[in-house]
Amino acid sequence: MKLMGYRRSNGTVGVRNHVLILSSIVCANHVADHISRQVAGTVSVTHQHGCAHVGSDLEQVFRTIVGFAAHPNVYGTVVVGLGCEEVAAEKVAEAAREAGQENVEVVIIQQEGGTLKAIAKGSQIAREMVGKASQVTREEISFEDIIFSTECGGSDACSGISANPALGYCSDKIVDDGGTVILAETTELIGAEHLLADRSVDDKVRQRVFQVINRMEQSILDMGVDLRGAQPSPGNIEGGITTIEEKSLGCVHKGGHRPLQEVIDYAYKPTKKGLVWMDTPGHDIEQLVGMVAGGSQIVAFTTGRGTPTGSPIAPVIKVATNTIMYEKMNDNMDLNAGTIVTGDETIEEVGERLYKEVCEVISGKLTKAEILGHHEFGINRIGPTC
Amino acid sequence: MKQRAIVMSEVDNVATALENLEANSRAEVRKGAELKVYTLKEDIPFGHKFATMIIRKGTKIIKYGQVMGAATQDIQEGAHAHVHNIESLRGRGDKQ
Repeated sequence: MKLMGYRRSNGTVGVRNHVLILSSIVCANHVADHISRQVAGTVSVTHQHGCAHVGSDLEQVFRTIVGFAAHPNVYGTVVVGLGCEEVAAEKVAEAAREAGQENVEVVIIQQEGGTLKAIAKGSQIAREMVGKASQVTREEISFEDIIFSTECGGSDACSGISANPALGYCSDKIVDDGGTVILAETTELIGAEHLLADRSVDDKVRQRVFQVINRMEQSILDMGVDLRGAQPSPGNIEGGITTIEEKSLGCVHKGGHRPLQEVIDYAYKPTKKGLVWMDTPGHDIEQLVGMVAGGSQIVAFTTGRGTPTGSPIAPVIKVATNTIMYEKMNDNMDLNAGTIVTGDETIEEVGERLYKEVCEVISGKLTKAEILGHHEFGINRIGPTC
Repeated sequence: MKQRAIVMSEVDNVATALENLEANSRAEVRKGAELKVYTLKEDIPFGHKFATMIIRKGTKIIKYGQVMGAATQDIQEGAHAHVHNIESLRGRGDKQ
């Protein structure tokens, strides 16, 4: 199937062409939201961060925000700042330009003289950007241009039987087509790490697999708590998942069966084609944001309990693990893998359907999360707020 | 007969219910080439597990052919196998 996308001047490829109104600091959220409401064709990203960070936490927050500003799915970005914050709007814009984002402008509330003037200036810039963005057209692309993300959230006992193996089949096809596939959710790989270690391309990657898992598990042990307070979640347990190991053994299927090329940190761009593992928490939104900030243009998200979440800038395809939830939450579900549970379809058949859906969504078909305007956003913090 | 439960690997000692299963009813499960029939000791909700053999306290629980925890008490064949009789072996800061 022919894939169509937006070729950017830095060599990356977008599957969407958003104009992003990006708050660099919590204090600018209101202005960013107002600009976006004023100008049709824009999307805003707001969050509670941008100040009082230190060290690696500051770097991670900054890297994540820049990852959105310079994302290939984004035609242009208006960065809205306050003027006295650490994650300064100018610094974000500068880093985005360095990463190859040609269209980036800055609005600083303190410089403009307050809320209303900042909204007015930002709206003017955004209007011009939307006009120019509308003139860019899609060209033929290939999976070699695509970083495909996998995620599961609100898992049930069917996740490991139906949707995750089907997603794994689709992941393998994308790797075979020359694409990159991200597997993430470190917490939800505890108990399945030996399977990934065995598929690592070399000893260095193999050691990183154990290192990343040990660090995550040690942080739980250091707190003196049973991980089962949070993993599996109460909904997971109600759905039949008993332990984190069981959840992980079901989760790991979605990355498919190809060799593991590298392990990367949160919100970093993969440097290899093929299957890569990004070290993220199991928290759905923090994980999703980390993968997208790392340059991933499209996400497939399996769910058993049902979850509506999406991304402000990347299409998220929802795959239901069971038919009951698929019918009940049909507003939010793009694809049903529950047919595997009932014996009506095989893993390969659903995997093929999902692959076709991924191709169509890359070329412009909207996902239900996009149509309903799901724009969840959250950054994984690794340090104290000072 | 439609399969009402599934075993993910031949070496597993638990099966997963593919629909709500009632106590005293029978569930046919394919285990490799064999077709086995289990009589359920209690209701097994959709997605939940039951033991496919007697699992003694302390024995590893196997699903997907891998270790997914250990039994905290003896679990009879056909009995509900879940958080009340299985514990995780990972991330147990409470046991430090």
